[in-house]
Amino acid sequence: MLSIKNLHVSVEGKSILKGINLEVKAGEVHAIMGPNGSGKSTLVHVLAGREGYDVTAGAVTYLGKDLLALRAEERAREGIFLGFQYPVEIPGVSNIYLLKAALNAIRKHRGEEELDAIDFLARVREKLKLVEMKEDFMYRSVNEGFSGGERKRNEILQMAVLEPRLALLDETDSGLDIDALKIVANGVNALRTPERAVVLVTHYQRLLNYIVPDYVHVLVQGRIVKSGDKSLAHELERRGYGWVEAEARA
Amino acid sequence: MNGEVDTRGDYLQAIRTLEHELPGRNSWMKDLRAAAAARVEAVGFPTVRDEAWKYTNLAALMRQRFLPIASAPSFANEQLERLLPDGLDTYRLVFVNGRLRADLSSPTLGNGEVASSLAQQLRDHPGALEPHLGRVLPDAIHSFAALNTASFVDGACVRLRAGATLERPIHLIYVGVPEALVQPRTLIIAQAGSRATIVEQYVGADGDRYFTNAVTEVVLEQGASIEHYRLQQESGRGFHIGGLYVRGEAQSSFTSHAIDLGGLLVRNDLQVALNAVGAVCTLNGLYVADGRQHIDNHTCIDHAKPGCTSREFYKGVLDGRARAVFSGRVVVQPDAQRTDAEQVNNNLLLSEDAEIDTKPELEIYADDVKCSHGATVGQLDLDQLFYLRARGVDDAAARDLLTFAFANEILQRLRLAPLRATLERLLTTRLLQGRGIRELELL
Repeated sequence: MLSIKNLHVSVEGKSILKGINLEVKAGEVHAIMGPNGSGKSTLVHVLAGREGYDVTAGAVTYLGKDLLALRAEERAREGIFLGFQYPVEIPGVSNIYLLKAALNAIRKHRGEEELDAIDFLARVREKLKLVEMKEDFMYRSVNEGFSGGERKRNEILQMAVLEPRLALLDETDSGLDIDALKIVANGVNALRTPERAVVLVTHYQRLLNYIVPDYVHVLVQGRIVKSGDKSLAHELERRGYGWVEAEARA
Repeated sequence: MNGEVDTRGDYLQAIRTLEHELPGRNSWMKDLRAAAAARVEAVGFPTVRDEAWKYTNLAALMRQRFLPIASAPSFANEQLERLLPDGLDTYRLVFVNGRLRADLSSPTLGNGEVASSLAQQLRDHPGALEPHLGRVLPDAIHSFAALNTASFVDGACVRLRAGATLERPIHLIYVGVPEALVQPRTLIIAQAGSRATIVEQYVGADGDRYFTNAVTEVVLEQGASIEHYRLQQESGRGFHIGGLYVRGEAQSSFTSHAIDLGGLLVRNDLQVALNAVGAVCTLNGLYVADGRQHIDNHTCIDHAKPGCTSREFYKGVLDGRARAVFSGRVVVQPDAQRTDAEQVNNNLLLSEDAEIDTKPELEIYADDVKCSHGATVGQLDLDQLFYLRARGVDDAAARDLLTFAFANEILQRLRLAPLRATLERLLTTRLLQGRGIRELELL
């Protein structure tokens, strides 16, 4: 589904990613772990199409397409979803309006009919249950006055409604208490099907108790220095990042 | 400079020729008119050398020499229908060339409430008007407001008896007339505990050139509550100078929604005197300008007595070579302890050539007060833009949506739903170049 080959990225002349190689197949969940500043967030933002990053070398294909040639909105319509670490407030735009605009943009792109108001609301209500959010949240402005946990749940709600092929979740677990973490994990697990894939960026192993990954990669200073299965996450939890960093230098 | 002097002379001459038509034969009214004319003569019209007019150059207006005309061209019911917000059920008074058109207006009120021609009221009930007409205006008023006092021919008068609650809003529509100086005058007297919603709408046919010089005075007696809407939708070539002067007594509540969409050169003065303990005012404003439009809002809230609250929230969206001015003055008098005042002015500039001058002005002479102010000028937020695009909304639509949302924050404060819906439609047409946000009405 997603193939990243020798990806080099710099920001304002500073090299951040230094040759990332990663293959993600449909049905898989990959966790990307690493110390702060290792380039985890940069990787998912580049994949989602954010401007301000210079790809200096390498290639990314997604479902056979040259991903880096697509604009952010085109990537979203092709089924890529970025769950933000810090979802912004957008006063004056209601959640429900954004969801409808987003869903219809994706459906239109696929050549599907736009959902009418009744079907749309039915779908949203079903997903609201999944993330344990009240319907009145839908009529409030996007993330305005939401707590940190509510913002993250709102990201998962959007993901659940939009049903992406590839979900990129950027530290979706940060700042969550255990109950909110479980809700977020439920939302992600509900999305796991043989057709979809998930790339989770996280600093801590905690989330991986609830979302069990197929692969764990450790990103250090812009390179994936170690890959393994879920046991690698446990080892990192126990021993910290120091030893992988040392191994990487060796 | 000769131009200005001559214009002053022209206006004074016009006042004299109008004299036979002016309503109000009583001596107090004559005195009021004479004092106002004397002020015009003594002070003259403002120039950019006056601090309060520093950013608003009136030279283009003064060159036009708009003068009053006695008879207005026809204005038909069909033209009116197009201007009315859908589904807004109101008591309606229509003024063309500043004079009531009874044939276009809906029946007046019963039960001792009055919404009718000011000229008529001046003839029939001068005693009820005398304590208020021209008295809410401060003494040191600019010459346009004085010119209106000296020479208004008609306008609207709303009188609410103590305790009255009007279920239906009163809708005052002022229609500009080509090549004319039009001077509507509005007087609103809300006796103790009365409540009403009043909509003033200023309109003109597209492409018409004219000058609306309007003055509205509002008196809120103890516990009275008025929600006031001013919709300025003058012709794109129209000039508009408007003053709204308010005096609130104890526990009164005044809410203003000032929406500026039209006009070539627009100046609004909004002055509220919170005159007794516990008076409250909320001033919401939205100005949307493009092309070469110039919109100047000068507001002043005078906290004269203790325990009064004011909230002010103005937003502006400027495109093209448009220019706007926001000046928000808040005065807290020595006696006005426990004042609570907040002011915010946010501006969105959509083009390199658009310009805003925003100036908060707090004068605080009491010590136990809570006052805050903030002003921002900016472009669209890139994080918000990326967030929308990451959800599949294309760049142009995301920009439109954020622009609309920015302005809509003010419209969301309007309590009259049909009016809000109409303005949302106008705004989408205006800001999105006709590309509507379709689902907006559904959701």
